Parts: sequence; C-alpha cells; structure tokens
Amino acid sequence: MRTRWFLLLAVLFLALAACNGDDVDDDDIDIDTDTDVGTDIEGEGMAVPDADEDVDEMIVEEEGEQEVEVFSWWTGGGEAAGLEAMVEVFEERNPDIEFINAAVAGGAGTNARAVLATRLQAGDPPDSWQGHAGQELIGTYVAADQLEGLNFLYEEEGWLDVMPETLIPLISEDGVIYSVPVNIHRANVLWYSPDVLEEHGVAVPETLDGWFAAMDELQAGGMDAPLAMGEQWTAMHLFETILLASLGPEAYDGLWTCETDWGSPEVTQALEDFDQALTYVNADASALTWQDAAQLVVNDDAAFNVMGDWAEGYFRELGMEPNVDYGWAPVPGTDGVFQFLSDSFVLPVGAPHREEAIAWLRVAGSKEGQDAFNPVKGSIPARNDADRSLYGEYLLSAMDDWANDRIAGSLTHGVVANDSWKAEIDTALGLFLTNRDIDAFQQALVSAESLAPCN
Amino acid sequence: MGLRKDTLLGMALVTPSILAVLIFVYGFIAWTARVSLSQWRGLLPDYSWAGLENYINLFQDPRFHIDIRNTIIFTVLFVGGSIVLGLGLAILLDQNLRGETFFRSLFLFPMAISFIVTGVVWRWLMNPAQGSRMSGLNLLFDELGLDFLINTWHATPRWGIAAIALPAIWQMSGYTMALYLGGLRAIPEELREAARVDGATEFQVYRRVIMPLLRPITLSAMIILGHISLKVFDLIIAVAGKQLPLDVPAIYMWTTTFDGNFYGRGAAIGIVLLISVSFLVIPYLWYTLHTEAEL
Repeated sequence: MRTRWFLLLAVLFLALAACNGDDVDDDDIDIDTDTDVGTDIEGEGMAVPDADEDVDEMIVEEEGEQEVEVFSWWTGGGEAAGLEAMVEVFEERNPDIEFINAAVAGGAGTNARAVLATRLQAGDPPDSWQGHAGQELIGTYVAADQLEGLNFLYEEEGWLDVMPETLIPLISEDGVIYSVPVNIHRANVLWYSPDVLEEHGVAVPETLDGWFAAMDELQAGGMDAPLAMGEQWTAMHLFETILLASLGPEAYDGLWTCETDWGSPEVTQALEDFDQALTYVNADASALTWQDAAQLVVNDDAAFNVMGDWAEGYFRELGMEPNVDYGWAPVPGTDGVFQFLSDSFVLPVGAPHREEAIAWLRVAGSKEGQDAFNPVKGSIPARNDADRSLYGEYLLSAMDDWANDRIAGSLTHGVVANDSWKAEIDTALGLFLTNRDIDAFQQALVSAESLAPCN
Repeated sequence: MGLRKDTLLGMALVTPSILAVLIFVYGFIAWTARVSLSQWRGLLPDYSWAGLENYINLFQDPRFHIDIRNTIIFTVLFVGGSIVLGLGLAILLDQNLRGETFFRSLFLFPMAISFIVTGVVWRWLMNPAQGSRMSGLNLLFDELGLDFLINTWHATPRWGIAAIALPAIWQMSGYTMALYLGGLRAIPEELREAARVDGATEFQVYRRVIMPLLRPITLSAMIILGHISLKVFDLIIAVAGKQLPLDVPAIYMWTTTFDGNFYGRGAAIGIVLLISVSFLVIPYLWYTLHTEAEL
C-alpha cells in the first residue's frame, strides 16, 4: 500500500515538473536550433554563447569577448572556400571578434531561407545573413521591416564611387540601400562548343534571329537538340535572358516597375521567341541539373547552353580549357547589357551584435575582402577596382563588361522581382512548359503582376 | 479502492502525453486552419480575415488541378501495385518453401530505407537520357536487346508521375507482403483442409476461402499505403526535383509557403491534405472500434 502511494506521488510530482518545465523547454529548443546550426557547419562544439542573453551580455562586458553570427547557404565547394577566405580577412582586421558561421546546407538556399524565416518570426535574427541582392531581400525582409538601411556605410567607405551607378537603384528601395554586394555573377551568358560550331560551319550568333537560324542549320546537320537546358529553374533562366533580348533593356526594366505592359504585343513576341527557343531543347531537360545541361556543351553533345557564369567554374573543375573546349558570348540580342545577380549581406534591425555586424559588412564590401572571396568562388567583385592579376581569362572579360555595360537585373536569381511574384511566374512558366499555350502564359504573367511592389 | 488508485495512476501517466498531443497536434491543426483563413503573405504573420478565399483560389488554380490529377494517378498505381505485388509475394512465401526467412527479410529490406535514398538510387536507374548518353535501366534494356522497354520514365509528358510509383511500389510491397503473410498465417489450416476435402481446387481455396478472410488486411494495407501516397513529397523531390509536371499538393504547399511566402495558401493546402487523409483514416478507425467492440 505504502509503496503504491509513494509511486503515485512520484509520478504526479514528475508530471508537475514536466508541466512546469514547459517554458524552460521552449527556451531550450531555441538554443538547440542555434547551436545545431553552428555545430553542424563548424564541426566543432561552439555551444554555449547564445544560451542566455543576460549571461551572454555579462560575459561581453566583463571579458570584452565579442562575436558575430553570419548566416548563409555557402556550405560546399568554391562558395564555402570563398567564405573561409573572406573570414580570414575579417579575423585579421578584427582579432577580438569571434566569427560564427551559421551556414545551412541545401537547395540553392531554399532550406536556409526557410530556417531564416523561422528565426525571424521567433524574433531571433542572426547578426547578418546572405541574400540575393535586390527584390528578393527587399520584397521579403524590408517589407517586413527587418533590415536597416546602409547608406551611411556606403558613404563612410566610399563604395558609391567604386560600384557601377546603374547597380545602386537595383539594390535600393526609395533611395535606401539595403545590402552589401560581395560578388557579381552574369546571367546572360551563352556558352557554346567551338568544335560543334566549326564542324557545322556556324558562326557565333549575335541576334535572336541569327541564333534561331544557326540552330535550324545545326538541326538540319543532324543535331536534334542544339540548345541544352535542364530542370525548371534553368528554363526560367533562359526565359529571362530571352525577355531581355527580345524587349531590350529599357522595356525589360519596365516590366518590373509597371512601366512596360505585360499584356503588350512586344511581350507576346518575346514569349513567341521563348517558345521557339524551346523547340531546340533536349527532350530530357526536366531530368537534368544545370551541371548536366552545361556539360552537354563541353562534351559536344549540344552546341549552346544559356547559364550564369558559375558554369565557368564547373567547366574548369572538369578540366576544360577556355576558348578551346568552350567559348562564351552574351546571349544573342543582349550585347552591351550585363544581366547580373549578386550575393550580398545585410544588417538586420535588432541585430544582437550590431557593431560587430557592421565590422563584417565593412570587410564584405572592401577590396581586400572581395578579392579574397571572388577568385575562389569564381565570380567578380562588385567593386571595379579589383586586383586583376588574381582572375582568370573569363572573369577578366566579365570584369570589363561589368565596368562598361548597362546593368540589368536577373529574375531567377532574385534581383528584379520579390519572392511571391517570382513564385507565381515560376508556376506560370511550369504550366507553359507542359502545355505551351502562349495566351494562357501571358494572361498568367499579367495577373502575377498584381504582386509587384509598384501596384 | 484499488481500481480507483490504478485509474489515477494511469491518468497521471498519460496526462503529459495527452497535453503534448493537444498542443502539438490539435493546437497546431487549429492554428493552421486559422492561417488558412487569413491573408498572410510575407515574412511576418498577418491574421486579417480572408474567409474561404484561399480555398476558392486553390480550387481554381490550374497548378492545383495538376496536383490532384497526379495524386490520383500516383495513389491508384502505388496502392494497387503494392497490394498486388505484396499479396503475390505473400502467397508464394506461404507455400512452405526452404529459405523462407531469407526471402522474407530480402523483400522487407527496402522498407528500412528512407524515401530519399530510394529516390536518389532510382533517379540513376530511371535516367531518361537517350542515345549516346543512355544510362541506368535504359542502358540495361539496350544491352539486353529489349529496346521496346526503353522509355523516358518520369520525363514522359503527362504520365511521368506513373514512373514515380515504381520506386514507391518497390519500397512498400515488401511491407504489404508482411501484412498479408501475417494474415495468411492466422487462417487455420483446418479451413483449407475442409475446403480441399469438399473437392475445391487450390485456386478455389484461395478464391473462395482465403481471399475473403484477408479482406481486413487489404483494408489496413489500403489505409496505410493510401495516406503515405497522399503525403508523398520526398520521393518526388529526390527523383525529379521540383517541377510542375510532377507536382503534388505537398510540394506545392512547401514551395508556395517557403519560396513564395504565401503562408495563407500553404496552410489551405495543408488543411485540404488533412481532410483528404481523414477521409481514409476516419472510416478505418470507426471500423476497427466497431469490430473491437464486437469481440
């Protein structure tokens, strides 16, 4: 009898303890996610710090120990190595600040952004995070009042003098600049196989019509699919470059600022051009990654591929020679226009370590930091005063174009449209790929425009 | 008195899990339902009332029509295929063959693998490339001279989703086999013998005696496989990535919520999924409670 009572009491006590522990548990969960992210990537236990804000601040005051938590999706390959290199510059300049790399792997940032959204909704922002410069950041985070403007930093550091003038409006909203671009990639690059073109006696095309004529010739010469394409997002990538080629840069820019009518005959023409381009594409596109598709060109299985210039890094990895195994040109009809995308870092409102985050942004925007990051990642700096001796043949040509060309933004990679708008365009495009109904596609694009910030 | 104390002890023991289930299952279902009736789009919560707008838009959305079509095709093929194959394997194993344990484990093993791993392997096997880039099963067919079997798998227009059912059947038919094998073993040998004495052929024994007795197993198998099928997400992502021809509600829910920030719409898809799963599960629960009460 007595043991029974004792048992019962013990269980009740445990149950009560468990209930009481609920709030404590909640905190624990938050901390766990923090440290998980940290340890996963760093591979070493950097548990404690965030555990308890009060304790944390006490430590900072007492021992002068500072830290900065930077969130990104750079976990592998040249990206992670580039980040490492930039962190080294940071640590040299700020020996007292501990750099916490809170990178989340997977899917070109999709997973990372879901994690970030959760943290922001819980009021637990990292000190700085990576995002595609432009509307992807502005439409999501500025719209939710999560970011601080950075004009003061641009003025202090003199960045306005070293970055292209046409870039600034694309990364600002109402005159406020919201991020520090670390690198620049070019989206409108046509990769071609010099061997295939030579074999069929085809010149590198310069206009859309010339391109289609060249691909007709290649098809007549026995190459079924002269244009290599991969899964759905690479189709959107092709789509944005053809929009730019067909409409020209002014009208293309206007699409995103409500100055060009999505229902206009000019857009219909652009959609017809895109539709025609798709007739030259490999039948198994949906099963290929961008790497698979790009590889078709260097293996001479296809003549052309439209992909951002990260493809160049991949070609090098495969041991290919520039201008021998692969050549490049602007996508036909876009000569003189640099359609860009950029990874950039931001300063959140309520950053736990604001001063340290600003120190990080100073490095991210510096010549030294960008020259450490970009040669490793295979991109060019956003600044046009880089050390040219560090970059290869392709990147040097891209740097010249970046300094001289007109700048336009990429859709697929988050410069011109916010996430919601882009997601609706993606759905419309996916439907178009299955039914090839130009009218329905254009109508869907017109109704997606309701998500534009200018509406 | 003793009973009362036992009851109390029992209550005390289950209370924490009941609380947890109330909060983490039903609480969040309620919250999702509330979000699905809101205009929440963007990073931060916005609970302003939208009524059934999200649901109405969803059922007018051509993408969601594709999702429903794909789910139906996938469910029919996957549940049907697993049941036919699982039953076939179970009947074969029930013939008292040597090495039964070995084969039983062999067929069950795929179930121990996650859908992601299955997906990655089958992505290689079902490579749709043709000609000089041919690989995987297509290459095997080519080498064996079975050219008529070479196909484009999940890249097939309109019917690609059917190819996704193959790895799913491969993975779950062993499990279905185990269910049926349990059912077969529960049928007393006397029943079969009685039928044989009455002059039934072996086929008739299965058709008239064993199959009717296996009906409850078939029902459980359909419920279990059916709800897996409605929720399928990882397998498709691993085999084919995110692409519209192979879209299903779970993938749409993920992309629209986290890529597009349409939280209201994502929640609406979640609730539609929950309701469709409960159409499967509730009759089953009712059925089991009913039969248990009879026993």
